[in-house]
Amino acid sequence: MTHLVAENVHVRLGDRQVLSGVSASFSLGQVTAIVGPNGAGKSTLLSCLAGLRAPDQGVVKFGDDDLMKIPARERAQRVGFLPQIPEVAWAVEARTLIGFGRTPFIGSRGLSVEDDVAIERALVMTNTLDLAHRNVMTLSGGERGRVLIARALAGQPEWLLADEPLTGLDPGFQLDAAELFRTLAHKDGCGVIMTLHDLHMALRVADHVVVLADGHILADGTPIDVLTPAILAEAYGVDASITHGKHGPLIEILRCR
Amino acid sequence: MRSISARFLYSALLFALVTLSCGSLIAGKVWVPWSAWFAVNDDPLWVIILELRIPRTILGVAVGFALGVSGAALQGYTRNPLADPGVLGVSALAALGAVMTLFFGVTISSPWLLPLGAMTGAIGGVAVLLLLAGATSSVLTFILAGAILNTVASAGVALALSLSPNPWALNEIVNWLMGSLVDRSNSDVFISIPLIALGCGLLMMTARALDALTLGDMGARSLGVNLAATRLLLALGVGLATGASVAATGVIGFVGLVTPHLMRPLVGARPGALLIPSGLAGTVLVLAADIIVRLMPSVVEIKLGVAMAVLGGPFFLGLLLVLRRRLG
Repeated sequence: MTHLVAENVHVRLGDRQVLSGVSASFSLGQVTAIVGPNGAGKSTLLSCLAGLRAPDQGVVKFGDDDLMKIPARERAQRVGFLPQIPEVAWAVEARTLIGFGRTPFIGSRGLSVEDDVAIERALVMTNTLDLAHRNVMTLSGGERGRVLIARALAGQPEWLLADEPLTGLDPGFQLDAAELFRTLAHKDGCGVIMTLHDLHMALRVADHVVVLADGHILADGTPIDVLTPAILAEAYGVDASITHGKHGPLIEILRCR
Repeated sequence: MRSISARFLYSALLFALVTLSCGSLIAGKVWVPWSAWFAVNDDPLWVIILELRIPRTILGVAVGFALGVSGAALQGYTRNPLADPGVLGVSALAALGAVMTLFFGVTISSPWLLPLGAMTGAIGGVAVLLLLAGATSSVLTFILAGAILNTVASAGVALALSLSPNPWALNEIVNWLMGSLVDRSNSDVFISIPLIALGCGLLMMTARALDALTLGDMGARSLGVNLAATRLLLALGVGLATGASVAATGVIGFVGLVTPHLMRPLVGARPGALLIPSGLAGTVLVLAADIIVRLMPSVVEIKLGVAMAVLGGPFFLGLLLVLRRRLG
């Protein structure tokens, strides 16, 4: 099984050391949540894992290979990435936009039947069939979020790396999207890695949680082992208590220290 | 939201292109009717066709296509609907490069030097532009960078004009700057066509990257797009196409700005699919404007570049107003 492994990753942006010696291993068939305070280096770690940023020091291993040494097109076929900012520059149809997700597969003849099948599948999975022929500029934030997730799924990647995919979605869509990511991991065997701010979501959705603070890994393990009052206090500087609600554990943030 | 079928769009544009090309061969101060085409070869009208009308028409087609494609590619890459070789100062720098060769009077030694100067200016312009604003791709930085390049280029041209040693060079520079298809020779055609074709070919290779860039820099890179290679293709492509166009005809503005806007809704706004229709629309626009300019009942023919600016100015203003409403 291919693992995605960060080994002693260091990244410096300008005069700020964003990641200093991050090592973590990610598995297929699991949903991993990377949590941590603002500026902890979550997005930077995710872009290293996606092969979009070369670590200054250390390496990201894709199976046995150095991820940065894999040709961009092949990497793009296997690792899907959903940027944090839902940028769409032109007023294209939603289906056209989702079709751009097939870019690493398209030959010289344009979209093939296989591409069309993958696009249809992405539309069905994200429940966006009724949006297919809408202009993306006229979609609501939530609708656009779903279309962009469909864009990432259209590439049918082995790994799906998503930077804050749930931000800006209403609670219903958040749950839908979370459920979708779980299905992808558990049914299709996809490796899902996402950065999250919502600790409840991390607790409920993830199989594996990595807590990042100030460029270091603070904790790494199952959600219930990792999201403890002690670790949350260290990472976020808050008092938290974990209670057991009717439908599972709940995190209550009490106050700032 | 439905765009019209690609086949229909291409057919309509090609039909307009062929019709206007024929019109361009026939129309002018001297009408060359079809009958002259089948007359004996020593008919004086043949000289007009062969030496004036054919190069003028071919150059109109080539320059219109080059400007249309360059504008569409620049808008696609920058994701900025106000980008075009003119607005971003690329044409002005090409003109500066060409003016320098005129100023130093080296154009006599080789017909290639003026196009070379123009292309050096244009490629340098795109390169500086991508350096200045490439990382951010924000609308504002691009327009500011373009304004800087335009200012620098026009200052350079003004300097060349004021220091011009002889009135002949001065006259040539001024005439040439205004942009026109008048009195172009077959050698202008032979020099510019291959360069324009090469430049447009390079730009066509960016189509897929431009599509992916709809999703932003990060989105495109995650889809395996090599942005450095795309930038290089863009700089060389726009530099060659615009540089060779400016070398052949002087500065003809607004074609690259207007045609992508006219064609965008017809191709479903896909930046990659916009390149060729935008180029074809550019040829149609330049040919039509050139025919109108020829038929104007004025003593001295109005320069095409000037006419285009007169048409393009209000369009640009309208575009800004629409965009302001949409952004604000």
